[in-house]
Amino acid sequence: MQLSSSPASATAEAPGNDLGITFEDVQLAFEQNKVLRGVSFNLRRGETKVLLGIAGAGKSTILKLALGLMKPDSGRIDVLGEEVSSMEEEDLFALRRRVGMVFQESALFDSLTVEENVSYRLREEHAPEDEIKRRVVEALRFVELEHTLEKFPSELSGGMRRRVAIARAIVNEPEVILYDSPTGGLDPITSTRIIELVVKQRDVYKTSALLVTHRLQDAFTLASSYFDPKANEMRPVTKDNPKNTNTSFMILRDGKVIFDGNATELACTNDEYIREFIS
Amino acid sequence: MALVSPAEIVKGNVLAIQEYSVLAGQAIRNIFRQPRYVADILQQADLIGVGSLPIVVLTGFFTGAVLALQSSATLVKFGSLSLTGQLVSLSMVRELGPVLTSLMVAGRNASGMASELGSMKVTEQIDAMRALGTDPTKKLVTPRVVSSVVMLFFLTIISDLVGLAGGWIVSLLMLGLNSYQFWNQAYQNLVAQDVTMGLVKPVIFGFIISTVGCYYGLSTKGGTQGVGRSTTQAVVAASVLILVVDFFVTRLIMSWFGSAV
Repeated sequence: MQLSSSPASATAEAPGNDLGITFEDVQLAFEQNKVLRGVSFNLRRGETKVLLGIAGAGKSTILKLALGLMKPDSGRIDVLGEEVSSMEEEDLFALRRRVGMVFQESALFDSLTVEENVSYRLREEHAPEDEIKRRVVEALRFVELEHTLEKFPSELSGGMRRRVAIARAIVNEPEVILYDSPTGGLDPITSTRIIELVVKQRDVYKTSALLVTHRLQDAFTLASSYFDPKANEMRPVTKDNPKNTNTSFMILRDGKVIFDGNATELACTNDEYIREFIS
Repeated sequence: MALVSPAEIVKGNVLAIQEYSVLAGQAIRNIFRQPRYVADILQQADLIGVGSLPIVVLTGFFTGAVLALQSSATLVKFGSLSLTGQLVSLSMVRELGPVLTSLMVAGRNASGMASELGSMKVTEQIDAMRALGTDPTKKLVTPRVVSSVVMLFFLTIISDLVGLAGGWIVSLLMLGLNSYQFWNQAYQNLVAQDVTMGLVKPVIFGFIISTVGCYYGLSTKGGTQGVGRSTTQAVVAASVLILVVDFFVTRLIMSWFGSAV
């Protein structure tokens, strides 16, 4: 197995305006509980960064901060060149249309059909009806659920709901996608299917992504696989077929970043906590 | 159970009042801002207005009927049974129509709003809406406020009329009054102050019902148990606020018309 991608070298090559998301010394506390204690990292455009850490480490909080759903106590957050940490809620709505989010429990609107859920953002933007229909079918075909248009979320399985959530997040071709535990609570086969969609989105549309997961297996699959559009399936990167998967890892512990690097660096780390975590 | 200091309780209540005021302010401000969700307003008007019609009609009718029945016992002692129409119309239009209709609508719709928005909150649908670039106060709160205010105004008028009809039927069939006597007394003694009072109150009460329902819904915490708690709190808070505000609005309008005690 060949693990590729080197964020450090790639950052050096990339121009300064090539950053999708930047956190600078971000701190956040809920009353006495300090959730983030000076988190800093960069997500380049086109890069997928996997956030790892135990429950309560602040992974999902980072996604909500990036989307402006929460405000940090201190520090600076930039998303697609705009300083989210200081923007008013009213101004954030335009920026959020450029970012897709897949919530932990899908967060589909339960009183709307799959078609209405996926087309929600397009209808808010008053897109023409024929374009809405075309893009909804396209997004649902991407997640292989184009036959569920008229169903309600309660009629779908957990894995299908997660796929509809992905379709809703990608329907207007966002520049960054935030995945909050997209495989949480799913069986291994469905999880692999979801990860395949993440890889497909990364390799076909070159979308930047922050992905929170508890499953190391998912993280390593992301870093060691690429999507073959001809075969329409995910394939492992091999020595004979090296590919830059553009995927890095970030590990949080007690509200701090204790690792930020690629899979090779992660495999070579001497940090005992990290070694235990990935073992 | 951990004891909470009185200072913390006061701080919590002040914060709740502040958050409620901000939400109520946003709901009004959104009326003048794009986008406006007309379809949602119409849908809510149907749910709140048409949906509440049966209970409002029943409540109004039997309130008017029992009012005629109860007052007749006293009026007959003074030989003033013919004033039943006046008593029913003034009581219904000034007080019982707006207040009882609002309490019925509060019980039905403040709870509905709190549970619906509360469920959306605990399942992250509100966050999803924000993430999709939609302002939940514009999409969810303002349509409910506009619909509640408009529909409660008309529901109160219907309740007043049905209440008068209830009083009339009792007067006609049980008290032996004739129709002319009843309706003449009911109509002749109504003045501008009574009608103003009767029509201003539902507008204010509609605003209270919808903003309180939405506030408790959007501030729901703690899963399904939290949704239940929010629903109960919304109905209690809206009902108490209606009765408290009713006193002050009555006093204010009486002052305006120069009939203050």
